[in-house]
Amino acid sequence: MRLNLRIWRQDGPNDKGKLIGYRVDDADEDMSFLELLDVLNEKLILDGDEPVAFDHDCREGICGACSMVINGQPHGPQKATTTCQLHLRHFHDGETITIEPFRAGAFPVVRDLVVDRGAFDRIIASGGYISAPTGAAPDAHAVPVPKPQADRAFTAAACIGCGACVAACPNGSASLFLGAKITHLGELPQGQPERDSRVVRMVQAHDDEGFGGCTNTGECAVACPKEIPLDVISQLNRDYLHATTTRR
Amino acid sequence: MTYTDFTIGAPIADTAAPEGPIETRWERRRFGVKLVNPANKRKMKIIVVGTGLAGGSAAASLAELGYQVSSFCYQDSPRRAHSIAAQGGINAAKNYRNDGDSVHRLFYDTVKGGDFRSRESNVHRLAEISLQIIDQCVAQGVPFAREYGGLLDNRSFGGAQVSRTFYAKGQTGQQLLLGAYQALERQIDAGGVTMYSRHEMLELIIVDGRARGIVARDLVTGETTSHLADAVVLASGGYGNVFYLSTNAKGCNVTAGWRAHRKGALFANPCYTQIHPTCIPVSGDHQSKLTLMSESLRNDGRVWVPQKGGDTRAPGDIPEAERDYFLERQYPAFGNLVPRDIASRAAKNVCDAGRGVGPTGLGVYLDFADAIARLGRPAVAAKYGNLFQMYQRITGEDPYSVPMRIFPAVHYTMGGLWVDYDLQSTIPGLFVVGEANFSDHGANRLGASALMQGLADGYFVLPNTIGDYLAGSRLTPVAHDAPAVVAAEADVAQRVETLLSIDGNRTVDSFHRELGHLMWDHCGMERTDAGLRKALDRIPELRHEFWSSVKVPGSAATLNQSLEKAGRVADFLELAELMCLDALHRTESCGGHFRAESQTDDGEAARDDDHFSYVAAWGYAGEGNAPVLHKEDLQFTYVHPSQRSYK
Ligand SMILES: Cc1cc2nc3c(=O)[nH]c(=O)nc-3n(C[C@H](O)[C@H](O)[C@H](O)COP(=O)(O)OP(=O)(O)OC[C@H]3O[C@@H](n4cnc5c(N)ncnc54)[C@H](O)[C@@H]3O)c2cc1C
Ligand code: SF4
Ligand code: FES
Repeated sequence: MRLNLRIWRQDGPNDKGKLIGYRVDDADEDMSFLELLDVLNEKLILDGDEPVAFDHDCREGICGACSMVINGQPHGPQKATTTCQLHLRHFHDGETITIEPFRAGAFPVVRDLVVDRGAFDRIIASGGYISAPTGAAPDAHAVPVPKPQADRAFTAAACIGCGACVAACPNGSASLFLGAKITHLGELPQGQPERDSRVVRMVQAHDDEGFGGCTNTGECAVACPKEIPLDVISQLNRDYLHATTTRR
Repeated sequence: MTYTDFTIGAPIADTAAPEGPIETRWERRRFGVKLVNPANKRKMKIIVVGTGLAGGSAAASLAELGYQVSSFCYQDSPRRAHSIAAQGGINAAKNYRNDGDSVHRLFYDTVKGGDFRSRESNVHRLAEISLQIIDQCVAQGVPFAREYGGLLDNRSFGGAQVSRTFYAKGQTGQQLLLGAYQALERQIDAGGVTMYSRHEMLELIIVDGRARGIVARDLVTGETTSHLADAVVLASGGYGNVFYLSTNAKGCNVTAGWRAHRKGALFANPCYTQIHPTCIPVSGDHQSKLTLMSESLRNDGRVWVPQKGGDTRAPGDIPEAERDYFLERQYPAFGNLVPRDIASRAAKNVCDAGRGVGPTGLGVYLDFADAIARLGRPAVAAKYGNLFQMYQRITGEDPYSVPMRIFPAVHYTMGGLWVDYDLQSTIPGLFVVGEANFSDHGANRLGASALMQGLADGYFVLPNTIGDYLAGSRLTPVAHDAPAVVAAEADVAQRVETLLSIDGNRTVDSFHRELGHLMWDHCGMERTDAGLRKALDRIPELRHEFWSSVKVPGSAATLNQSLEKAGRVADFLELAELMCLDALHRTESCGGHFRAESQTDDGEAARDDDHFSYVAAWGYAGEGNAPVLHKEDLQFTYVHPSQRSYK
């Protein structure tokens, strides 16, 4: 199949950047979206141009590296699917596809489609953990965890830290990402001792990084490739309210 | 320049492991190590390259002990290390199922599964530590699968007859890695770890015979800088990407380990490669990586091909009587659950015989129809839903109604830098953990044991053993302008500049693909003398072509992904040759290394314990010189070597 691509090119953080048109004539519907870019890049290199820079690694939807806005949607049109797992059978011959980086104030562009998501790591560092130094753990069966709680914790923990939720949000909020971690750790008995301090510190870090506030548009959950449910944000709000209005 | 030749050097031995009863070796070793006093720990600096399960857990644990840690990864975040992709689970001898498991059984299974090419001491320690790993991860909040009573669920996995595998749906690696990553971030916040994301180690710095630092390139600014320390830990993962197509993440590479090898670290058993039986088959020339379908699928899926070659009917139209459930037929005791090496080769054999399925004929069916009939669709969906979804996304086919097509793919490398019981390489002060080292799995790794090994190394072994080195060595500070540092920086700069200046007419990927084909054909599932020699003739030529006609666009002073790839492929082009040489010299078959010349009458791998019961640890002898083979003899006192049989 033949595809027309309009791709965001930007040499560096201080460059203005613009969309540039390319054509790929020999795409195949069994190709993944990133393989399409591989094919384009091979051609660009041989033509003496610079290839399009994009983040990727696992190419199976779990590392969270890939991060593109495809035709206006973070990770493209297919539900619950990362860019790397999107295949060209979802596009039609002759289609024009626009590819841009995940845009948000807190995610500065590094080059082309590559953005800096270091703010996510700093949010986790501020409290997204359970303090359990190596060697200090009791037997794994010492504390049973009811299955419904364990399952809910798992659902929230499935977040891959890709940032699509932020790119989709009109306010550039990372509430879904943040709520996912709060819910994962807050559901578990092991997460209780730090539950209040965790949410306070993480919300502070979130705001300090320049992510916007949540106005419940729900765009984040639509874009999320791991289908993190919107109720993690309600959980975040409840936990935050609890932590800031009561003293334990 | 070609070599199919090598020289034999002095034998090598692991002197760090205590003698005596195996059950207390680890305890005695921990008691024997010198301790660093807490005040001194704060002054000591350790570099950890890699943030996967091994490196992430090591960096966090070392910082908890009080050391100053610098942690490096090439991804934009430590959370994206390739460990994140592990699906199936992690073993531990908890015997929560009361089904006869024990530390000794896990030890026994792992030594046997490794086809008697691993060290008993190491494997026993691994089995002991497996218990603590699960405790540690649960305390961190890893959401393992649980039963209704709230206790942890287990499954049997990858050739084990007991249920000792702990899992978190098909995302066990992700959840374990997030546990380690969060512990790491906690230490970053506390100031114990300085994190260098998007940094790639390109050289090891050795001063007075000891590892004292690395040269790393900041992948965003392009700047190369030296980082100095009292010890260096490599946790840089496996080298399966030498085959171009593998289940590894695209960035996985051998550079860190290979640079250390060139500086004197022995590289052990490079030819031991694990080919995983259940991956999605290649669909075309554009293919950039292969996707694993977790082996747990073999617990309920049945593997078959049509009895007759060239049968082009849809799978549903082929009656039971005309199907060959070849694993169940050949291995009635283990059936679809035979270890990976055996399942992979059986699939290859039926495809070679022209009975493969799918458009390329390189595939076999993995069929869930019986499981769905027996358990119901919801139960199958609960167990495997996310894997089925993944399959459907990639192939466009629905595995609930059409059997999956699978084919073996390169998955894991048992070989790696040689380390002693303390996980120290042959360069003092250079430690190697996780898939990057060669320890524990022998010639074949059992399912769910890489996660176990990575975390054992990082959480529990290294933090206990590295102190012995640090307490016992009087290290003086190294200056940034010391000759060894300046030279290492200059080497890196030179290499980068050369790669950019060749400006030839072939892309890095095209070289990588050609190398991959060559390795898959001749150093893959089945190896022959003639094939390996062919590869050994071609690889040096290919390397020469690379260095004279590769085209790497752009500059060194920005994010340049072509340049990153070029450096990695350049190192693969050297490693590949050593892999083939190792495979050629080992004329026996063992585990993942199947030499066609060495098989039993019924086509099973035939080991040759009289001649090959050793670790092949290769020394680098300089460019163009024959490598030096150092043999470490393997002793088996507790598990007597026998021909593996899964019939
Ligand atoms: C698809 C898949 C599924 C698997 N499933 C299972 C399973 O179910 N159970 C099991 O036990 N095992 C499984 N494995 C194997 C297991 O996941 C790996 O062996 C293990 O995770 C390796 O961990 P590691 O910490 O050694 O390396 P990795 O996780 O690969 O980490 C390597 C780290 O090193 C860094 N790095 C590498 N080179 C450099 C450099 N030059 N400079 C700076 N940083 C560098 C990377 O950035 C990364 O942080 C699976 C493997 C794959 C591919
Ligand atoms: S919540 Fe979803 S969209 Fe946001 S980072 Fe996590 S996985 Fe990505
Ligand atoms: S490349 Fe890993 S999630 Fe897409």
